[in-house]
Amino acid sequence: MSNAKLPSTVRKSRGDDIVVSGNQDFVTMTIADQMFGIPVLQVQDVLGHQRITRIPLAPPEVAGSLNLRGRIVTAIDVRLRLGLTGRPKDKPGMSIVVDLRGELYSLMVDSVGEVLSLTKEDFERNPATLDPRWREVSTGIYRLNGQLMVVLDVPRLLNFTTIETA
Amino acid sequence: MDDLLSEFLTETNENLSVLDVELVRLEQNPNNPELLSNIFRLVHTIKGTCGFLGLPRLEKVAHASENVLGKFRDGELTINPEAVSLILQALDTIKSLLAVLEATEAEPPGDDLPLIERLNLCAEGKLGGPAPAAAAPPPPPPPTAPAVAASESRPVTLDELEALWNSTPGPNDIPAPAAAPAAGTAVATRAPEPVEEPAPSQDLVVPDAEPAAAKMPAPVAPMANAGGSGGGSAGGGAADAGAEAATKESAVAAQTIRVNVDLLENLMTMVSELVLTRNQLLQILRSQKESEFAAPLQRLNHVTSELQEGVMKTRMQPIGNAWAKLPRLVRDLAHELNKKIDLQMLGADTELDRQVLELIKDPLTHMVRNSADHGLEIPAERLKSGKSETGRITLNAYHEGGHIIIEIQDDGKGLAIDRIKQKAIQNGMASEGELASMTDQQIIQFIMKPGFSTAAKVTNVSGRGVGMDVVKTNIEKIGGTIEIKSVQGKGSTFVIKIPLTLAIVSALIVECAGERFAIPQISVVELVRAASDSEHTIERLKGTPVLRLRNRLLPLVSLQQLLRLDDSEGAAKTEDETFIVVTQVGTYTFGIMVDRVFDTEEIVVKPVAPILRHIEMFSGNTILGDGSVIMILDPNGIASATGEMAMGEAAGKETTAVQTQRQEDKMALLLFRAGEGAPKAVPLSLVARLEDVDLATVELSNGLPVVQYRGKLMPLVPINPNFVIANEGRQPVLVFADGDRSMGLIVDEIVDIVEEKLNVQLAAERPGLMGSAIIAGKATEVIDAGFFLTQAYKDWFGSSTQEGFEEEKLQRVLLVDDSPFFRNLLTPLLSVAGYDVTAVENAGDALALCEAGEDFDVIVSDIEMPGMSGFDFAEAVRHGSRWHRVPMVALSSHASARDLDRGRIAGFNDYVAKFDRDALLFALQQTLTEQKGAA
Repeated sequence: MSNAKLPSTVRKSRGDDIVVSGNQDFVTMTIADQMFGIPVLQVQDVLGHQRITRIPLAPPEVAGSLNLRGRIVTAIDVRLRLGLTGRPKDKPGMSIVVDLRGELYSLMVDSVGEVLSLTKEDFERNPATLDPRWREVSTGIYRLNGQLMVVLDVPRLLNFTTIETA
Repeated sequence: MDDLLSEFLTETNENLSVLDVELVRLEQNPNNPELLSNIFRLVHTIKGTCGFLGLPRLEKVAHASENVLGKFRDGELTINPEAVSLILQALDTIKSLLAVLEATEAEPPGDDLPLIERLNLCAEGKLGGPAPAAAAPPPPPPPTAPAVAASESRPVTLDELEALWNSTPGPNDIPAPAAAPAAGTAVATRAPEPVEEPAPSQDLVVPDAEPAAAKMPAPVAPMANAGGSGGGSAGGGAADAGAEAATKESAVAAQTIRVNVDLLENLMTMVSELVLTRNQLLQILRSQKESEFAAPLQRLNHVTSELQEGVMKTRMQPIGNAWAKLPRLVRDLAHELNKKIDLQMLGADTELDRQVLELIKDPLTHMVRNSADHGLEIPAERLKSGKSETGRITLNAYHEGGHIIIEIQDDGKGLAIDRIKQKAIQNGMASEGELASMTDQQIIQFIMKPGFSTAAKVTNVSGRGVGMDVVKTNIEKIGGTIEIKSVQGKGSTFVIKIPLTLAIVSALIVECAGERFAIPQISVVELVRAASDSEHTIERLKGTPVLRLRNRLLPLVSLQQLLRLDDSEGAAKTEDETFIVVTQVGTYTFGIMVDRVFDTEEIVVKPVAPILRHIEMFSGNTILGDGSVIMILDPNGIASATGEMAMGEAAGKETTAVQTQRQEDKMALLLFRAGEGAPKAVPLSLVARLEDVDLATVELSNGLPVVQYRGKLMPLVPINPNFVIANEGRQPVLVFADGDRSMGLIVDEIVDIVEEKLNVQLAAERPGLMGSAIIAGKATEVIDAGFFLTQAYKDWFGSSTQEGFEEEKLQRVLLVDDSPFFRNLLTPLLSVAGYDVTAVENAGDALALCEAGEDFDVIVSDIEMPGMSGFDFAEAVRHGSRWHRVPMVALSSHASARDLDRGRIAGFNDYVAKFDRDALLFALQQTLTEQKGAA
């Protein structure tokens, strides 16, 4: 666990404020037993199971849309977006609502965990061998006790134009 | 106060505030064209509004300022502090005039000649290095408090000032402008101020922003502040003026509050939420028989409904509100331009989102003004071109599919493509070569570019090249499109299409495969229930469902298939009972098959998320009363996704062009049977009508069968000369008509009409037959209609016509066409009509005839020919050949306006669509008479 191993260039290479400041708070979530995190300031809401209207002809990652206090939110199945299999029907799952350029998106995940405050010391850039699909939507990895947390980059997660090429 | 006037005051005051700030910014960044054109537009708007409100004094000042700004924009003048001060001064004058206007509802008498003269001088570039006193003229005193108090004494003062002005010899008088804008009473007290101000002699063109700002002359800096506070404050009056302005902040402004649309939007969302909660409460109440909550909930119910309605209303306005100014505008324009204009407004109650309405108001005004000024001709010109003296401008607004369409149509002269081209070249927007390869539609687009105006003369109505680019920017800002259609001599139509975003529509809620969808009620014609036990059943043509509806076949679209919905409940269910939503898009009617139909609901259309915008089946989504999200189907999208029909959309234009190209060889053929042998065919365009003749009415005249037809005798000609007409029964007849004469060709049976490429493969030996071709997969005899016409005419009308022709020598026609079919078809036709026809198969042969010394009265030429095209041929004939005076008629399957123009340019006198026999004969006659008249 020597922090000195962390290459100093990494901190600059991403240029994201996540890396620049000291402690960062993340909302954690689990998808297929893997822990993910989203900067807490980007999260608008955490929802339980919701009734979702399917949208025909939409990309498969778009699960549908739902009504969040009078606003229409597009639900994204993060499992499919990450190239995983769809969630089994019997597990209800939860959602994290994020705002991207004024539009609300609900990220459907298996479960939402606690909010963690992490130091940049534990941050590391994506391993070069990471699945390209994941590397595309992740800013880096936090080493936690006993597990790793993948930081999701929301704008890139919702940038669907890259899906076709991926 | 007049609504119009108060609105004008609010608007102009706002614009002036913006202008103050923008002008200062411009001075700092003189090379910012965007800033400059924005300023120019604002001043133009002020001028325009003044113009149609009948405020000549204001208009003159604004006009003069606009002139100067125009020179800036065109780069004829460099922006310097003097000029900017001058314009600011003009703005101050406008402000003071506005103050009086607000207090008295009338413009103060008098004029602002000295200021205008200075502005004009400046526009001419003669305002060089003026004395400091002139360069930094004292801004007029704030017209604030005195505006009301001194309204009585003001005119007197003004008159005095005017007298003073009139006695001084105008522009050379340097201190003159100092007092010029001082339309107020406080001149004397304010006069010393400017002396202390530094003369703004520094050249601020240096793009170094900071020092420039620091050096900013006193009169400008405070103005920015005053402008920011939005008041009618006059610039140099500095801080105390600002305070006064605040207290004064016109009575007009107090009547309305401008609210941020976001605020309304939030309110709307909250109210929707409230409605949902109320609905849930009511639901609970229903299940409880007796509850003490019943009465208060009922009240809550009412209040919520009213609140919802109220909030909705804040956003929606009938489009008529935006049109309210137009009748007046048009009336004044008509006077000014000496035109007679009739303005018709249809669909004024079409509701539009407030924000959208605001944004299209200016574009609409501009466009109507353009139509009146550029589009409509003066009465004399209209009479000459055979139109009524009064020009008409029609405004029409309606919902279509998910959009609101606004049409501005005039019956004027249409857009002058040539002039647009010239102008485009002049302004360096395109080279001649580029223009040549552009379609008319592309050329028309130039009028939307900034700085473009085709008006030969800049009038104060329009013609400065603001206008259309503003229109386009504003419309595109709200996600709309603008389409221009123009027919030379017939007028032009501007179609604005605005997405229905935010607008409230009534929608039909349907269900398909367990999912609910909304269909805009506006495009729903009717609902039909189709089931095995009902009178309507769905039939299938090679799997394609259709429905018989009132003796017509209605194409059906399965929503389930279209949206690729998988029905988990089993497909069998859909067969039992299906509902068909009969939908109309434009002229195309089709049915959408759904499983269930619920009721209609008022919905607020919300745009779909950006990642879903590419799905054209949906025009938006919405939240229903029960809180669920529902997708709104776009009938336009469904129609274009399923139908083969040509939707005259902008995107479709390219493809239509291609289609015409492809279809040019094809023609509609009428297939029929007559006598023995192969089925026969004749070009449909030659056939005037199909009739079913009762054989009992056939009479014999001169030994030939005739029938009374439309009050005339029509000879009946059988294909087979040995054919014996039965005495009774009915017989189908193809009627060929020529002028008021017609001939009936007796056939046995009319088989079909097909579109085929006609390729005569075997030349015929028998008279009356052109040859044989493969049509609809069968060997078919193509009949020579000309032959039968000759038969009928010779036998029946022959003698009289013949005599007529003998009186004058036969007109000689040269026919140039590469297709033997047409040569064979037209030669007899023209001969029958009394022309002496010489047919050649290409332009080269024709020119050879010219060389050989042949003479013709008229040349008829095809356009699409191998080798030399018709256009090239015409040019060759026109330029230097012996035949350069011989009239030419073009013959082509393309008869669009653009082709017509091209033909005219090449030298054709007339342009006729192929297969249009009557038109050809008429054109020939016309051309020859014209020629005679000219000779």
